[in-house]
Amino acid sequence: MSELKSGSNLEKVLKAGHFAFTGECGPPKGANVEHLVGKFKHLKGNVDAVNMTDNQTAVVRMSSLAASHIMIHEGLEPNFQMVCRDRNRLAITADILGAHALGIRNMLCLSGDHQSFGNHPQAKNVHDIDSMQLINLVTTMRDKEEFINGEKIDVAPKLFVGAACNPFADPFEYRVYRLANKIAAGADFIQTQCIYNMEKFRTFMKQVVDMGLHEKCYILAGVTPMKNARMANFMSKFVPGMDVPDSLIDRLKGAEKGKQAEEGIKFALEQIEEFKEMEGIAGVHLMAIEWEHMVPEIAERAGVLPRPVV
Amino acid sequence: MIVADRKSLEEIQEMIKPHRKLLIVGCKGCVTVCNVGGSKEVEILASALTIARKKENNEIEIDTTTIERQCDNEYVSQLKETVGNYDAVLSMACGVGPQFLSEYYREQKFYPAVNTTFFGGAVSHGIWEERCAGCGTCIIHDFDGICPIARCAKSLLHGPCGGSSNGLCEISKETICIWDAIVAKKIEQGRLEDLLKVRPAKDWRTARDGGPRRSIREELTR
Ligand code: SF4
Ligand code: SF4
Repeated sequence: MSELKSGSNLEKVLKAGHFAFTGECGPPKGANVEHLVGKFKHLKGNVDAVNMTDNQTAVVRMSSLAASHIMIHEGLEPNFQMVCRDRNRLAITADILGAHALGIRNMLCLSGDHQSFGNHPQAKNVHDIDSMQLINLVTTMRDKEEFINGEKIDVAPKLFVGAACNPFADPFEYRVYRLANKIAAGADFIQTQCIYNMEKFRTFMKQVVDMGLHEKCYILAGVTPMKNARMANFMSKFVPGMDVPDSLIDRLKGAEKGKQAEEGIKFALEQIEEFKEMEGIAGVHLMAIEWEHMVPEIAERAGVLPRPVV
Repeated sequence: MIVADRKSLEEIQEMIKPHRKLLIVGCKGCVTVCNVGGSKEVEILASALTIARKKENNEIEIDTTTIERQCDNEYVSQLKETVGNYDAVLSMACGVGPQFLSEYYREQKFYPAVNTTFFGGAVSHGIWEERCAGCGTCIIHDFDGICPIARCAKSLLHGPCGGSSNGLCEISKETICIWDAIVAKKIEQGRLEDLLKVRPAKDWRTARDGGPRRSIREELTR
């Protein structure tokens, strides 16, 4: 990890050895730029980069590429998310070139939730390539300055390339190998799925460290504060691959009336404290879904402010 | 084999509404094996339609026949004498059947009575499952005989995705995560390292993406 691959703020923060803190933002379900820009003010200065989701949960929204560009215009750094569900290799490649041209320097490679979850379940899914091959495609474009067909690129896009990892999906024993595979494919950084089962995550990270994967890639731990016990219950029951222990649900339920959100934040803060010390963890990815206005307070209380200037 | 499901009686009734004299043609191939379009099903459909039309006071005359295979002109041609005697013909073969029939008998009107669904087989009595998507370049030996193209909801070549939970696919509790099965089999056989490589992007030219396909066996064309 010697010279800079993209020169993004996120890359520089990580490379300088700071504990990274990234945020997340969903584009509007419409062309409402004001609404989008409104969310930015909660994130600006409080995180190193902001993930711009791509038709998340297969619900159609403003394109992540356009929304990422608006974000740059507003002075924040996007982490442009791209799913393989909606584009074939031509569209993917074209969007990567476009992303670089628009000043985007981070990209997160994902397979994408199945369209049956979303608001266009009738859609044809693409999956020409999968997330592993997407990592390979974008790093090949960057490092070899070639398209995956071997043709040379006239001004290659230089992106800092991320991938997702869900340690809580099954089979558990295979998850660390899949992570290793993503790193072998070229991932520079990893953002994990929301973590709630800390015990399982510790076990997972031990495997990661034993395999030395944390030395080849920056791993950011995913944190989503629970707003209340109902949200915890819903995630536990209905979101595939999400592991919410009963003890957390009970803890939220046990909070005083009107204090469940605070309890959820407290749990998130405890997690962040632990991640700061956890071997192999290079930062936290805070996904305050539709709760962006809480980011300044969480960042403040987590003691991650001010963000480093690199 | 090719698996199909019969269209609903209502849909078929609607299709054949204008016709008063109908031939229903079954097929002794795949659709007989998956109990959807063989001689038995042909008779059942014929009587159901006859009864339904009688109720509407709009009687219909229906004849039935079942040929060896509707995807073969040698058998399709056997309908030569009779096919012209009807207002229309309802085929109970997979999607190939009514097309071969239409190509052979250009003057006649053909309707599909079934929805052709997939290539698969019966996993237990009355239950069929998809196994192949006809991608044109078989790679199942790399996955110990399991096809992720046809059987993973996202056709992933590097699974399982983050939605795999308790052996089930994220799309429904009725669908197994085939990648869970692939990994389990690799572990069982001590060959996990097979999966620890990045496969190049698949060449889809041999699949439907490359356009309609054709197989030519020179020795047979001579
Ligand atoms: S790899 Fe292709 S040809 Fe082989 S079973 Fe799967 S879809 Fe069919
Ligand atoms: S859960 Fe398994 S079968 Fe379903 S899309 Fe993911 S990897 Fe494929």
